[in-house]
Amino acid sequence: MWITVRLFANFRENRFKEARRQYPPGTTIADVATELEIDPGLIGMIFIHGRAAELDRVLGEDDVLALFPLLGGG
Amino acid sequence: MPKVIRINMTDLSVRIDEAPAEWAGLGGRALTSTVVAAEVPPTCHPLGPNNKLVFAPGLLSGTAAGNAGRMSAGAKSPLTGTIKESNAGGTCGRMLGRLDIKAIIVEGQPVAANTWYQIRISASGVVIEPEVETVGLNNFAVLESVARRYGEDKGVITVGTAGENMMMISNISTRDPEGKLRSFGRGGLGAVMGSKRVKFITIDQEGTRPVPLVDSAAFKAANMVFTKALKDHPVSGQGLPTYGTAVLVNILHEIGGLPTRNFTSGQCEHHDMISGEHMYDTIVARGGEPTHGCSLGCVIQCSQVYNDKDGKYLTSGFEYETIWAYGADCLIDNLDLIAECDSVMDDLGVDSIETPVMFGVAMEAGILKFGDGVEVLRMLREEIGKATPLGRILGGGTGHVGKTYGVTRVPVVKNQAIPAYDPRSVKGIGVTYATTTQGADHTAGYAVTANVLNVGGKVDPLSNEGQVELSRNLQIATAAIDSTGLCLFIAFPALDIAECLPAAVDMLNARFGGKLTMDDVVGLGKTVLKLEHEFNLAAGIGPEQDRLPEFFELEAIAPHNAKWDMDQKELATFWNF
Ligand code: SF4
Repeated sequence: MWITVRLFANFRENRFKEARRQYPPGTTIADVATELEIDPGLIGMIFIHGRAAELDRVLGEDDVLALFPLLGGG
Repeated sequence: MPKVIRINMTDLSVRIDEAPAEWAGLGGRALTSTVVAAEVPPTCHPLGPNNKLVFAPGLLSGTAAGNAGRMSAGAKSPLTGTIKESNAGGTCGRMLGRLDIKAIIVEGQPVAANTWYQIRISASGVVIEPEVETVGLNNFAVLESVARRYGEDKGVITVGTAGENMMMISNISTRDPEGKLRSFGRGGLGAVMGSKRVKFITIDQEGTRPVPLVDSAAFKAANMVFTKALKDHPVSGQGLPTYGTAVLVNILHEIGGLPTRNFTSGQCEHHDMISGEHMYDTIVARGGEPTHGCSLGCVIQCSQVYNDKDGKYLTSGFEYETIWAYGADCLIDNLDLIAECDSVMDDLGVDSIETPVMFGVAMEAGILKFGDGVEVLRMLREEIGKATPLGRILGGGTGHVGKTYGVTRVPVVKNQAIPAYDPRSVKGIGVTYATTTQGADHTAGYAVTANVLNVGGKVDPLSNEGQVELSRNLQIATAAIDSTGLCLFIAFPALDIAECLPAAVDMLNARFGGKLTMDDVVGLGKTVLKLEHEFNLAAGIGPEQDRLPEFFELEAIAPHNAKWDMDQKELATFWNF
């Protein structure tokens, strides 16, 4: 299945901003993080189609996954 | 003994009193709001002789506490008609702390319409003199003139031409450690200073000694715990220093809460061009500084120095709200143009939220085109800067422009512009906009934390559940933090790291020798909110104004198709504490 992965802030370093990637069915968000060598402990926000999701969520075809470190402002 | 300086602009007299004992535990917002609530008739005209403009450093100002360089300005706001507290960095808070000045209260109004004044405050007293040289000049020229006449090292509090012309979008500016500008941004306080015909105030800390501490060893120890928490938390230790607050652009775009094209969408196509990530790359490529403090002793350093294409200084303190408002709400897809707008706004002395949100409404009204940053710059300089009739209409703020041009999509609460988080897709911040005593203000209770950022818990941003309680707790905590002189961004570590806030309380106790507990601090926050609320009620700003504009209920926003649908009765429970 195809997933769009978006990375932000320092997650982009040596990786990418946005990519369409293929994964086997049953892939979770944690699997994607591991494959991208992103320490799950450093992930602050996860969104699928703009809604919050957890690491163990199983991805579906054409999901848009956004991964952010913990960030803030105001 | 701590002093209170009263400057009467009607008869140009000065009184220096010992601070009353009951003000001992008050600083910053707690003190400005206490003075305004006690001494300003709630029904007075904000630009008349009965309003008072109060400046107060925080309880920790002048000490070595990390991030304690903020101070408060308060008055009845001409924009909202409510009580107002606005706070800024810069050098004055620290200096006032060292001078042991608890508050400066500017009262009355000169009878002669065209005479302007300067006020100089030092350890040896207060001087009021007529001012001619800088009248009609903007803030950067004022700083230059003050530095030339009185020395580079003075703290400065000033208004630009917008404040002189008593525009509702005007702010009060203050000098930062590098000689640039920081602002008491919101609520049109520049107009209040202009109405008293005070062009600038200088603060001279010459001859002062370090702030005395009752227990300096305990203070040092607590400060170490406190600064360690600020450095350890990923938001205050890494995110903010690297990307500044503009890192929020991509986050809010992603979750559909980035108000775009005058609040008609929650996402902006060119978000990457105006993002914190893009800003960081640009700053580094041009030899600017991504990490920079607005005040001495700032550990977090969310500010930055942004250079132009030729590597020359363009602006600093380039905030998410400004970038969002011009970039997404006005659709200007060029960060350099937005930076230039930021610098011109600093110079004129206008609020960098009210002004661009107003331009979004002006664009909808057809006064200028969406995305036309060049025309925004021209209008800032030639219309608002010269106070032409159009400039005065624009200078009246978002609500004023909406009324003048018959626009119904006017994002204001209590006539103050709604900032950078759409309340339909971030409902907790909607509660804050509606209920805060300040008119729409995100900093009053920054529910974006739990709604979006996963700091201090998680509350679903699209559901109404839990939002009132979240906003209430944050508003209480914020009112307390705003009273200490600490920068609000300490809230990020404070919400997640257990030792952080108790360390701040320990510093207060080591400074003054008290026995404050966390409960006392929460109690202070509640007291401040309640006395502000009572002022507003007496000023005629009742519960019927604790609401968002109707269009948020009528128009669903993409991508989540969200509307504002919180029951007014539920909102009213905010005040149950
Ligand atoms: S964190 Fe930012 S706003 Fe707070 S004191 Fe530092 S530079 Fe100023």
